[in-house]
Amino acid sequence: MNKNALLFGGVALLYILTGFFQSWNTALAIFNMGLISAVMALGVNIQWGYAGLFNVGVMGFVALGGLATVLVSMPPVPEAWSAGGLRMIGALITGAGTVAAGVLLFRRMQPGKARALAALAVFAVGFVAYRALFDPARDAIEAVNPALVGYLGGANLPILLAWPAGALLAAGAAWLIGKTALGLRSDYLAIATLGIAEIVIAVMKNEDWMARGVKNVVGLPRPVPYEVDLQDSASFVETAAWWGLDPATASTIWVKLLYGALFAVVLLLLIWLTQMALNSPWGRMMRAIRDNETAAEAMGKDVTRRHLQIFVIGSAICGMAGAMMTTLDGQLTPGTYQPLRFTFLIWVMVIVGGSGNNWGSVLGGFLIWWLWIQVEPIGGALMNVITLPLPDDSGLKAHLLDSVQHVRLLTMGVVLLLVLRFSPRGLIPEK
Amino acid sequence: MDLLNAFVALLNFVIVPATAYGSQLALGALGVTLIYGILRFSNFAHGDTMAFGAMITILVTWLMQAIGISIHPLPTALLALPFGIAATALMMLATDKWIYQFYRQQKAKPIILVMASLGVMFVLNGVVRVIIGPGEQRFNDGERFIIRARDFKEMTGLSEGLAFRTSQGITIVVTIIAVIALFWFLNRTRTGKSMRAYSDNEDLALLSGINPEKVVRVTWILAAILATTAGVLYGLDKAFKPFTYFQLLLPIFASAIVGGLGNPLGAIAGGYIIAFSEVTLTYAWKKVLTHALPESMAPDSLVQLLSTDYKYAVSFTILVIVLIFKPTGLFRGKSV
Repeated sequence: MNKNALLFGGVALLYILTGFFQSWNTALAIFNMGLISAVMALGVNIQWGYAGLFNVGVMGFVALGGLATVLVSMPPVPEAWSAGGLRMIGALITGAGTVAAGVLLFRRMQPGKARALAALAVFAVGFVAYRALFDPARDAIEAVNPALVGYLGGANLPILLAWPAGALLAAGAAWLIGKTALGLRSDYLAIATLGIAEIVIAVMKNEDWMARGVKNVVGLPRPVPYEVDLQDSASFVETAAWWGLDPATASTIWVKLLYGALFAVVLLLLIWLTQMALNSPWGRMMRAIRDNETAAEAMGKDVTRRHLQIFVIGSAICGMAGAMMTTLDGQLTPGTYQPLRFTFLIWVMVIVGGSGNNWGSVLGGFLIWWLWIQVEPIGGALMNVITLPLPDDSGLKAHLLDSVQHVRLLTMGVVLLLVLRFSPRGLIPEK
Repeated sequence: MDLLNAFVALLNFVIVPATAYGSQLALGALGVTLIYGILRFSNFAHGDTMAFGAMITILVTWLMQAIGISIHPLPTALLALPFGIAATALMMLATDKWIYQFYRQQKAKPIILVMASLGVMFVLNGVVRVIIGPGEQRFNDGERFIIRARDFKEMTGLSEGLAFRTSQGITIVVTIIAVIALFWFLNRTRTGKSMRAYSDNEDLALLSGINPEKVVRVTWILAAILATTAGVLYGLDKAFKPFTYFQLLLPIFASAIVGGLGNPLGAIAGGYIIAFSEVTLTYAWKKVLTHALPESMAPDSLVQLLSTDYKYAVSFTILVIVLIFKPTGLFRGKSV
């Protein structure tokens, strides 16, 4: 415990030093994303640390959480709804109904040629009907003032509701994936999640009627006040003056603190819940399954079901973190979801922090996120020193300076490999 | 109604591109399946290995172009390919020695090896982007076409043209050569036979005096040859971009699993199955149907089942269907 407190103290010191040497705004910005990263790492740790499930599609679940913020919080676009909203709903119901009917038919009928043909026929007819409804609806919706809206909008609810909604959306996707890929060989889940992440991003980039695709949705409502409003409020300016701060700086710091408090509540709640779960009979069962599946199965545990359960829970947490992140950004930009940033970086956090240990993942989240942000300026400065002897107009110098951002990937890969090899239990090992 | 023109259009827009793409996938999937058969893990670094091999080949190509070596009308990259293969093989042997060997000796779970391969992927990705940059590179300097669309029209008098690009021809020829050589190696040579024995039953193979480390080394070299060739062919046919190669991982895995992981024949079949499904589902059939159907039935819409942005969804859907109904793949791969 002493060593752990020291580790957390060390990471806290990193953030505090950032505050003193760079600025408190920067330190708080990194800290807020660190909180979100810690939540993501908790989600992945539940899957990997508790159950040994390898999820390579964290990005997809995070992106689904982001989508939820738009669907929940943006005001609806009445013109788009009247142009094609109901037809779109009809199309989606037709699509879902086709899949359900096909699956039901397949389950009910006797195996044989008749069943295959009938299922194919259902899918073919359903697909044609779906496209007949979907295409005109999509075109009509996207034609509504495409420069500003061109999508259906959301439910106009408070954005904080998007956090559980994001968790639900991610959980649904995880259930579908888990249902097909769990219970087979362990690599299959990895491959299937890799695929679903790519597809989620492709859908979010291309389905403009849903959340404007790569045109991005900006100006999401905020759960905290705007800086401008704070600067206009006399009482706030007065308080800021009492602290000896100018209103502009004080307002940005205050907003970040409010966000940080919201995220911290979620994180603490999750840590409490996961710790409770880990130390409950359920947690012991999970670890038993992870350590020896055959023995657990012999004791009458349904391994595949438990795996599905934990996979859904972990993905839901990632989805919630995704919604939190989009809330913090204030915009949904599907083009910025990169697997290296949103899947593999989270993995590095979990492995470095200590897989199987919730505190370890949280520590890893804060530490690795801080490094991820700070390594770039440090790397840039280093590269500047290295390339100093080269003439300013040399192509090699420009190329080396350009490549600094890619060095980050390389560093993270090396860190992952080194930790996996020499300290596989991480900074705070599982008890 | 004009069936001949419909057929030419089908050939031009579906069959020829899908065959070339399928060959590239088949070569990639062969590498994945070989590694799976011998080392028993799914190598996530395979896409980036292809990118690495292609990158070295491109660098050597540029060097050769600078010196003035060329084999026109063929692209210079073919001449540079052996250098790319050699560098990739060395790189893979080094990663095996530094990374995978340790876990093999520990008898770690396959998923740990998968995770290590993820780390390797990360590093390779970084290396490729640092050296050549994340942008798109075109390096096909040979003759562009074997048959040009216009020449074909003049030759046959049809209204539809058939274009057959050199890169497509090279892809198909090189794939046939590579596959024949691989199967000859696996079925006829002593090392190849010991590889198959090791893949079928590790304990029995060890008992009969097969050196496992040698088998593993040969596997990595074969995988390097296949990955580099696939990467260069894909780059010649389309363009080289590091991120595209990472994305190729999904169709390649899908091909290998559809055919049955660990089964080389299955990997080839899987490659073509995935490529043909992808192209047929994302191709706008209007042109072909307009020729093939009587005028009154000609379609107004594009008759495109899926937008090309969703081509990866096709491989994914096929993967899911295979996982649900036949997890060992069409050609009975390993199920463990």
